[in-house]
Amino acid sequence: MTSGRNMTATSAVAYAARLAQVDVVAAYPITPQTRIIEAIAKFVADGEMKAQFVQVESEHSALAATIAASSNGVRAFTATSSQGLLYMHEMMHWAASARVPIVMANVNRAVAPPWNIYGDHQDAISQRDTGWLQLFAETNQHALDMTLQAFRIAEDPRVQLPVMVNLDGFTLSHTYEPVVVPEPEVVNRFLAPRPAVDWLDVEHPKTINGVVSPEHYIQFRALQKDAARRALVVIEEVGEAFAEQFCRDSGGLLSLEQVSDAEIVFVALGSAASTIRSMVRAWRSVGRKVGVISVRSYRPFPDAKMAEALAGARVAVVWDRAYSFGCGGPLAGEVKGALYGRESRPVVLSAVGGFGGAPVGPTELEKALEWADASMQGRPVPLETWFGVKAYRDGRTPDGKE
Amino acid sequence: MPVDVARMTKVFERPKSLTEARYTYCPGCHHGVITRIIGQTIDELGIAERTVGIAPVGCSVFAYLWYRCDAVQVAHGRASAVATGIKRARPDLVVFSYQGDGDFASIGTAESLHAANRGENITVIFVNNQIYGMTGGEMAPTTLVHQKTTTTPDGRDPATCGYPIRFSEIIATLDAPVYVTRQALYDTRRIQDCTKAVKKAFQNQVDGKGYSLVEILSTCPTNWRMSPTQANEHVANVVTQVFPLGDLVDRG
Ligand SMILES: Cc1ncc(C[n+]2csc(CCOP(=O)(O)OP(=O)(O)O)c2C)c(N)n1
Repeated sequence: MTSGRNMTATSAVAYAARLAQVDVVAAYPITPQTRIIEAIAKFVADGEMKAQFVQVESEHSALAATIAASSNGVRAFTATSSQGLLYMHEMMHWAASARVPIVMANVNRAVAPPWNIYGDHQDAISQRDTGWLQLFAETNQHALDMTLQAFRIAEDPRVQLPVMVNLDGFTLSHTYEPVVVPEPEVVNRFLAPRPAVDWLDVEHPKTINGVVSPEHYIQFRALQKDAARRALVVIEEVGEAFAEQFCRDSGGLLSLEQVSDAEIVFVALGSAASTIRSMVRAWRSVGRKVGVISVRSYRPFPDAKMAEALAGARVAVVWDRAYSFGCGGPLAGEVKGALYGRESRPVVLSAVGGFGGAPVGPTELEKALEWADASMQGRPVPLETWFGVKAYRDGRTPDGKE
Repeated sequence: MPVDVARMTKVFERPKSLTEARYTYCPGCHHGVITRIIGQTIDELGIAERTVGIAPVGCSVFAYLWYRCDAVQVAHGRASAVATGIKRARPDLVVFSYQGDGDFASIGTAESLHAANRGENITVIFVNNQIYGMTGGEMAPTTLVHQKTTTTPDGRDPATCGYPIRFSEIIATLDAPVYVTRQALYDTRRIQDCTKAVKKAFQNQVDGKGYSLVEILSTCPTNWRMSPTQANEHVANVVTQVFPLGDLVDRG
């Protein structure tokens, strides 16, 4: 195996786009995504990548252009973050409903107001119901590997849906780690050119995305639903094929560490999961039965696999770096949904925090473990806890949630 | 000889409408000069108590820190729409937006143009430094042909990136705007002219005349990879060839 070069996750994603031989990249700059498109612009200028790079006037146009390029059967890519992703929202639905296999890197960042450029998952989670598949990278290597896998997943005839690869702002985007950049010939064996599509074809004129009646409209939605479900199978297959060829486990639906005999299992997305992994190793070394599930595919959500993985645990601590206001932690809600009707299931504690770049580190995780212990001992504990919130200015403390 | 401070005449001071907070701008950047000109104008017109400034996203994202008046920080590109909302709700207020060329002439194109077309009684300060300063020097719609940026490493190629957009000229084709002008700051004479233009743009609003736009050719020594002096010379000799100075509309 080739040894890695030190690079940020944004560079890793740019290399992946180059290795995937993307044809069209349309984008608009935003911190902390900008390095991705700057690197791609440089590759193109230096003749190392044969793509059309278009810097458009806004993210809304960036995604519209990417969708249109993809509708012609070419491979199209874009990247954004936070406000930029939110500004794409109309086109986000469009991309998924028009069934274009675009890949987008989203560098997770908090949303305004108040302004904050650091990491959390509110941007991605707010696009949850647009129909995009969403993968989450734990490391810079994952950012590269998942971007390559994303094209194969998106373009699979069973799927034909856009894929968002999420990488945590600053924690991954601005941190250097060794990353193995595979040789182009090796990547070509993993990722074939995009299968031919018959969408826009001058020989056989047709209109796409027209107007339909109510009885037809639901047919489109049903097809989309089936494709997203089939992606559960495809993501696993692609992850296995990747692992076999590159000897790295950086795909699949869930990644389990020390879960089979664990009493307490943490569940998290992205780089927080890799922090929890190192805590789990430390806790294991002092005899604690703790494990972690890294949710690599947030959409489609692997509910059956999640329920099976948690069947033996007594407490699951689900960490959300986003919130559904008036409801709860989104990932926690989904884990609870997955456990519905199961005979054997843990108590689910919803841990909320790590917003706007606040840490999900040893301090927070030790506290969470104490909370899980208390629950396991049958003591009355809150089912949801916000980490890192101070008393308000008027002296009140944040409300508990029953 | 000891200096008798009491007998000295004060010839220059910080405008009362500016706070003492330090600028976050790089050395040689004109954003600071523009901030001062606006502060001085607010003082001279005595409108500090009823002025609302609109801070954009860009290097001037912290604009609200420097004015002793109310301020709103808005989403990238939305400043002219927010100015519209504030002015329609409270016509008695003096509302100005402060926007970079990315903000005003790229992502904000629709609202910039339509606020002007409706003739909203607002004052827009449009800072054209031909680059996206805050995000690290990417191409702006105003970037000059062949200018190197981080997204045009070999220079802006008009075949794929088009030409620098003259947004003020576009706005000048509309019937509603009262005052549209382009100014610069590369020497004291231009600074004086620009100060007059800014004052006029605020005065028009106070007099209820309608939409005023002052485009100001600014520098970005950091991302242009130039010294402040070179950057000033570049504006004087090169940028003004593409973006000519002067009034485009004056229906005041
Ligand atoms: C919707 C959205 N897209 C992108 C950004 C990222 N962004 C912040 S400032 C900026 C460019 C600013 O350039 P300009 O308006 O010319 O001002 P300058 O920084 O040069 O003063 C961009 C693209 C954002 N905040 N929101």
